[in-house]
Amino acid sequence: MMDRMLITGNAAAAWGARLAGAEYMPVFPITPQTEIIETLGRWIDRGDMSGRMVTMESEHSMITAAGSAAATGVRVFTATSSQGLLYGMEILYAVAGWRVPFVLVNVSRGLAAPITLEPDHNDIMAARDSGCLQLHCATCQEVVDALLIAYRLIEDPRVRLPVIVNLDGFYLSFTREPVTLPDATQVAGFLPAFDAADLGFRAGNPVSEAVAVLGGGPYSYFRYETHLAALNAAKVFSEVTSEYESTFGRAYAPVQCHRSEDAEMIFVMIGSFARKAVDAVDRLRARGRKVGLVRPFMLRPFPADALRSALAGKKAVAVIDQNISVGSGGVLATEIKAALYGQPDAPQTIAGYIGGLGGRDITYEEFSAIAQETMAAAEAGRIPDTRLLYTANELREMRKLQAIDTVERHEEEERTT
Amino acid sequence: MNKVQPDRHFERMRDLPSTHLLGAGTAMCVGCGGLGALKEIYDVLGRKTVFVNAAGCMTLTAVYPFTPFQGSWLYTSMASAPAGAQGIRDALDLLKEDGRITDDEDLEVIVLTGDGSANGIGLSATSGAIERGLDFLYVCYDNEGYANTGQQASGATPHGARTTTTAGFGGEKKDLFNIWLAHKPAYAATVIGSEPLDLARKVEKAAAIRGPRFIHAFAPCPTGWDYDPKDTIEIGKLAVKTGIWPLKEYVDGEVVHTRRPHPRTPVEDYLRPQGRFAHLFEPTRNEAVLEDIQHSVDAYWKAVEES
Repeated sequence: MMDRMLITGNAAAAWGARLAGAEYMPVFPITPQTEIIETLGRWIDRGDMSGRMVTMESEHSMITAAGSAAATGVRVFTATSSQGLLYGMEILYAVAGWRVPFVLVNVSRGLAAPITLEPDHNDIMAARDSGCLQLHCATCQEVVDALLIAYRLIEDPRVRLPVIVNLDGFYLSFTREPVTLPDATQVAGFLPAFDAADLGFRAGNPVSEAVAVLGGGPYSYFRYETHLAALNAAKVFSEVTSEYESTFGRAYAPVQCHRSEDAEMIFVMIGSFARKAVDAVDRLRARGRKVGLVRPFMLRPFPADALRSALAGKKAVAVIDQNISVGSGGVLATEIKAALYGQPDAPQTIAGYIGGLGGRDITYEEFSAIAQETMAAAEAGRIPDTRLLYTANELREMRKLQAIDTVERHEEEERTT
Repeated sequence: MNKVQPDRHFERMRDLPSTHLLGAGTAMCVGCGGLGALKEIYDVLGRKTVFVNAAGCMTLTAVYPFTPFQGSWLYTSMASAPAGAQGIRDALDLLKEDGRITDDEDLEVIVLTGDGSANGIGLSATSGAIERGLDFLYVCYDNEGYANTGQQASGATPHGARTTTTAGFGGEKKDLFNIWLAHKPAYAATVIGSEPLDLARKVEKAAAIRGPRFIHAFAPCPTGWDYDPKDTIEIGKLAVKTGIWPLKEYVDGEVVHTRRPHPRTPVEDYLRPQGRFAHLFEPTRNEAVLEDIQHSVDAYWKAVEES
């Protein structure tokens, strides 16, 4: 039986955890993630879901408890956003080193300052080097599927790492979409109970975890081992997703492509904003422009091979980063340039754009201009500097706000003198 | 975990364990009062334990591939050891609930932390764990400073002490015991390694109770306090005799002093052998600070007598 429901991205994350049989959930509220833990809490209270939820006093503690419970051998789910992910950042690195599998859903939201509730990817990009794997969802359906795939992936003895499943705040978290919920019996076949094997603290089997090392030799050994485990995840991902496809009928590649095969110009984006690019590609195609989209679904391990083959022979690539590495540019653009450097058939021009910060829209007109500009640069053999997307109208609206600010300040000064 | 009333009772010194569980050869300093207390605590708690460690001196007891513990260990971070304990305790309970592990496989979960973490960066996580009623034992070895980094002033540094960040600490030692009591824990006690019988009785009692339990171990530190390592026991005894370190326990809502030093010797006897207080005596006596310290100890015991 397949259940088709109209649910938010947050509800989809909760359903993913429920279907996966997550049994331990240390949590802490933060917008726009809170609906996930409220949903799980309601199900547990009503007896719809077994398991234990514990509200911690911070994300730093939450991720510690998630890691230590996984290290004791139970299936763990947790979720956060933005400031919360950064507050727990120390422990994200630690739990990857503990080599414990659990799923953390991050509902992306821009980072302070200034403070905002709306989405961009600077939070998740800050976790890029932590050792946690990353899956980036573009639809509510992908959120459910990614969670089930994620548990199989990370519980594999060849991997044994935490994974962050990312979805965009508001655009996915609060948007209802039709979602086909996988059948629970089929899920049980695809994702059996967590076999912790030798993982766990037991009276009869004392273990010391995460102990100090002396010197760079042992330190490097364990760090390399974690890196190699993350690389193993690429192979395990393809095994797991092919089984997922044969069981549930939905295919997931490390890099999802839209009309890219015969395209001359490619947009590269991650997450739900990439759906704006899908729409733009279709409209530009209708006008005879040979454009396409390449969207990494798995970002850690970095899908270098899949990106190289998806982008081979293209004339121009525009990477639209929904993050900003201040003083440098877009994180994704940098990584993609690095992956393609020196490759035969590498695109002539890879241009970086910053867009969608704090939920800022990216319009069709902008996609159209980007396509034109990038193709022109490729034809001229130029590699443009990173462009910051901002329209004249946005600047005009900003100037109005500044004008109000100025008037208010001026009035305040007059009152006090 | 299931609590079994212990069949051992520590009546006399000869009741104390004669063989020791904690292995030797750790990287701790010679004469470490914290390690001494830990050794005695471990003898009572035994192997069916997992120590969840916060960054501090004791982090260097377990260095790959060696450990002095016969049970388990997890290093977490400086701020979140109680949260690490929460995850392990909850996971063990879940595993027991549906029979994935037997009661025999269960462990006592123990946070092992220094005073720097306990009074500062780890206090929020500690408060959270007590508030949630976590069934765990929290052991703080209190060497009155960030000793692992060379004795900078911490929330537990006493008034007047020289540290590597203070010529003479102007603040007061934070009252961690009463911070715990404000949370209404299942049990709390102060101990010191130089009073092993008192320590063993309290740890035994703590081990038999469920819920959040606190063992606050005063930990004379030759390196940070600047005295001869052979004098650790003597310094500890003076801390008790002068009334600087009251031995007490909190159980069923009441504080009971397990030792009332009488007569109390002057605090000077405790301060003078320690280099960290030398500036109070040389080149000239700092009467004001010495009196302050004596007065605060007198006031503490006066309140105890009157209660």
